[in-house]
Amino acid sequence: MAEQFEPIIIGFTCNWCSYRAADLAGTARVKYPPNIRLIRLMCSGRLDPTFVLKALAEGADGVLITGCHPGECHYLEQNYKALRRYLLLRRTLAQMGIEPGRVKLVWASAAEGVRLAKEITTLVEEVRALGPLNWPARAKQMGAGYGNGAGLPQVAEEVAA
Amino acid sequence: MSENGKPKFAMYWAASCGGCEIAVLNIGEKILDVDAAFDVVFWPVAMDAKYKDVEAMPDKSITLTLFNGGIRNEENEHLAKLLRQKSAILVAFGSCATEGCIPGMANLSNPKDVFDAVYDSVSTDNPEGLRPVYDWQTPEGLDIHIPVFNQTLRTLDQVVDVDYYMPGCPPESHQIAAVVELVIKALNGEAELPPPGSVIGAGGSTVCDECARTRNIKKIKKFVRIHEIEEIDPDLCLLEQGILCNGPATRNGCGALCPGAGAACIGCYGPAEGVVDYGARLMTAVASVIDSRDPDEIEAILDGIPDPAGSFYRFSLAHSLLHAAGPAWAGK
Repeated sequence: MAEQFEPIIIGFTCNWCSYRAADLAGTARVKYPPNIRLIRLMCSGRLDPTFVLKALAEGADGVLITGCHPGECHYLEQNYKALRRYLLLRRTLAQMGIEPGRVKLVWASAAEGVRLAKEITTLVEEVRALGPLNWPARAKQMGAGYGNGAGLPQVAEEVAA
Repeated sequence: MSENGKPKFAMYWAASCGGCEIAVLNIGEKILDVDAAFDVVFWPVAMDAKYKDVEAMPDKSITLTLFNGGIRNEENEHLAKLLRQKSAILVAFGSCATEGCIPGMANLSNPKDVFDAVYDSVSTDNPEGLRPVYDWQTPEGLDIHIPVFNQTLRTLDQVVDVDYYMPGCPPESHQIAAVVELVIKALNGEAELPPPGSVIGAGGSTVCDECARTRNIKKIKKFVRIHEIEEIDPDLCLLEQGILCNGPATRNGCGALCPGAGAACIGCYGPAEGVVDYGARLMTAVASVIDSRDPDEIEAILDGIPDPAGSFYRFSLAHSLLHAAGPAWAGK
């Protein structure tokens, strides 16, 4: 049997809510898949789309962005900014041929350890279903010759005929 | 140094439009200084020269090479490597060489689709359905090889080491003149060249910084295209009028010409100092001016940007973190 594909997910968490939710999930021994690598930011408003693009370009299969529930931002309204960036980034990613399902925004308060664990599990399964993104391997082809330098065979035949 | 004792100058175009060469000629009578200070040894647009002449030159013998255009095929790559080997100073000149520019937008598509668009589209007259063949023998027995097309377009620094970057589509003539003057002075020992890897002939800030329009940090409810508003306020920030303007992410150096003339900045001078991914920076800025907290309303406002990838990566797709869209790659 082929080995099951284990996606790599980068998770950006907010210091004031979702990071604590993840912490709570740990203390409460709530299980969630080890595929996610959490990175703590001070706020979801700190999330520059560059971080998401860099994660995907360097081998992540999916990205989870988390922040405080609307209206509960520690810095008043930065999570709304994160929401707008996320919606805009998702549209751009779709044009770049990256399934929008690979990048997800989830609100989680410091009390929602169980919910965060569930969201992580769901995303891991969704990305597993999408398959590997493989961006670094794809990027190695950038200088490859189209048609492998042997010409464009089907067309060569046409011309010869 | 050549026989007449002058340092040598070369300029080459790879995947580009030729606008950069015109911008060089647009420096006016300063072009005579170039001729006075340099011996032009290779410049396919302006004079006859053969690649084998360049191949015969000693390494590092060309003092200054301005390389414009992206690397789209085998020939571009060969010349990039050859000129790197033969040049003391290699400048990625113009947006194509530094960032991919418009030719880099082809990185959104698979090479097959690029060929289809060129050889088999509504506007193409190609009744026999002819396509290029890389290797071909003529009836006379001559073997013909045309350069192999690459999977994606690469920037010059994705192929060889680059000493300086000079952005712009094309670089502004006054900036070119200033750079030429600096190089001539440096050759005479009167000035020092900036550290290798620097961006030259441009500013260190953003287009907004140079733009004379007033900003009130006002948010917007709708994006509009320039022909959709009756009258553009001549003094107010275009972004605040709902016109998608790339100024916040774009390097200055052009003098904010486009916004000054009532047209939005489209970002030809590339990422501002310190920006890793041009499109990401612009998305950050654009998302910040949207006046809504409701996901549905935000989506409706974003519908006003029909082509995000084309708007945010018009000039810098090939040099962005993702480099190309998924469909551009062969296989999965």
